[in-house]
Amino acid sequence: MTVDRSTRAAAAGLSTPDGGRPVVELRGATLGYGGRVLWRDLDLDVAPGEFVAVLGPNGSGKTSLLRVLLGQQPLSAGTVRVAGEPPGRANRTIGYVPQQRALDPTVIMRGRDLVGLGWDGHRWGVGLSRIRERRRRVDAALAAVDALGYADRPVGLLSGGEQQRLRVAQALTGDPRLLLCDEPLLSLDLANQQVVSRLIDERRHTAGTAVLFVTHEINPVLPIVDRVLYLVDGRFRIGTADEVMNSETLSELYGTGVDVLRVRGQIHVVGAHSGLCEDQPHHLGEH
Amino acid sequence: MDKLFDWDLTLRLLQYDFVQAALLAAAVLGLLAGVLGPLIVSRNMAFAVHGTAELSFTGGAAALVAGLNVGFGAIVGAVLAALVFGLLSRRTADHDSVIAVVLSFGLGLGVLLLWFYKGRATNKFGLLVGQIVGVDFTSVLLLSVCAVLVLGVLAVLYRPLLFASVDPEVAGARGVPVRLLTPVFAVLVGVATALAVQVVGALLVLALMITPAAAACRLTASPVRATMLAVLFAEVAAVGGIVLSLAPGAPISSFVTTISFVIYMGCWVLARSRGRTRGVSRAAAAPAVPQPAHR
Repeated sequence: MTVDRSTRAAAAGLSTPDGGRPVVELRGATLGYGGRVLWRDLDLDVAPGEFVAVLGPNGSGKTSLLRVLLGQQPLSAGTVRVAGEPPGRANRTIGYVPQQRALDPTVIMRGRDLVGLGWDGHRWGVGLSRIRERRRRVDAALAAVDALGYADRPVGLLSGGEQQRLRVAQALTGDPRLLLCDEPLLSLDLANQQVVSRLIDERRHTAGTAVLFVTHEINPVLPIVDRVLYLVDGRFRIGTADEVMNSETLSELYGTGVDVLRVRGQIHVVGAHSGLCEDQPHHLGEH
Repeated sequence: MDKLFDWDLTLRLLQYDFVQAALLAAAVLGLLAGVLGPLIVSRNMAFAVHGTAELSFTGGAAALVAGLNVGFGAIVGAVLAALVFGLLSRRTADHDSVIAVVLSFGLGLGVLLLWFYKGRATNKFGLLVGQIVGVDFTSVLLLSVCAVLVLGVLAVLYRPLLFASVDPEVAGARGVPVRLLTPVFAVLVGVATALAVQVVGALLVLALMITPAAAACRLTASPVRATMLAVLFAEVAAVGGIVLSLAPGAPISSFVTTISFVIYMGCWVLARSRGRTRGVSRAAAAPAVPQPAHR
């Protein structure tokens, strides 16, 4: 299903757009460790094809939210459903793109093998029975991210951008209904940031994959974001980028004066303290 | 030197039952080591396998003193060690030093145990440098049963294990029981190591478990092809080592390790000439991406 402007507008509220049950349903979700509450009473529905960016300073529970959806971390209170099922049951319908981190150069694996694991790596057995279908799927996924040129090289020797394209292909081979991305653009250069976000954007339009995109830097995905979930210190705001990324809302969230500047279509958050990740240098991968 | 290449003598010796039993045992081990090797290399577990082998020696020595079956003691020691090493996170910084600490203590304990043992001296050395010519058909049968069990479990677990080995984070997200697979794989490695210890000895297990896989991954990055090559290399080293050692009556381990080493060097040279040595490639010529500072 494709999300047009009106559906996006509908999705900006908490209501469910027409055409199917939300892929992610959080109700009164609360997560805390020890005495500390990461977020409380979080209600969030993510519709098929919707792109939700999750922002917030380090330690605000962005990655923990993904872990909850993957069934790796139980909620302290509230309920969560993924693809209509309790978390952990639905992992086969979830694609996961981790932070860019160089794969161990010792691993014996080519790009196409890494992508293939996204298709059937969770199945038992050696996988001889569906080898043709596997090959067809892997080739299609590699072509979609334009990675056929280096698909037969050892993954440990590929550049960060190449590895991250393979990650996207790996996450998409299984035709996921939900794509969870944990800082997938971190330490990529600008060109590769654009490639990776464009790939994800295309997919959710053509296949109706819902996307939850954890990032500390909204600008690379600003043109494609439907809604923003901004987490700070147990508090949060959900809404369109315009609704959340403004001085008033963020000052309220942070409990201190924060200025949000719009410069040439980009959003810059200028805060009083270092907790604002948006101000940290993010072009680590540029040369 | 004449004696080293006395083929008539070699052919005559090959008629003996005990020699044939030894060759069969070596063939089974070569298969097992070749199949496990690439996974061990991918998991960066070479040193853990070395430690496992040393503690297999300790277990065997303890069994010898206690009057129990040495092979049984070796398996118990190896499985325990593999479990401990397997459960240490390989991402932690002190992974290797913990293995070294346990390994050296275990080896020292084994030497002390052997000092208590008043039996034949060959039994003592056998565990360290191998004593395959002591195997009979009963032990070959036992070895084969163990090998079939290990390979059977591996066949069922292969894809999730490969996934968890190279890409634990994504594998976990896809529902692969990564934490459960770690001790299971450790047990498989422990059993295989203990079996190998009885053939090439604790000191030289790496020649069968690691070197063939390390050589194979010089030539290919495909997990399937690397596994097939590793099996081939391990078979050549294990079986070839025994055949060559027959005439001179020299220690088998020297031949096994030498063949293994020569294969590795051959693969290294071949990879160099093909210009795809690990670490030097077109990809590495592109600017490296710095690691994220946090997490």
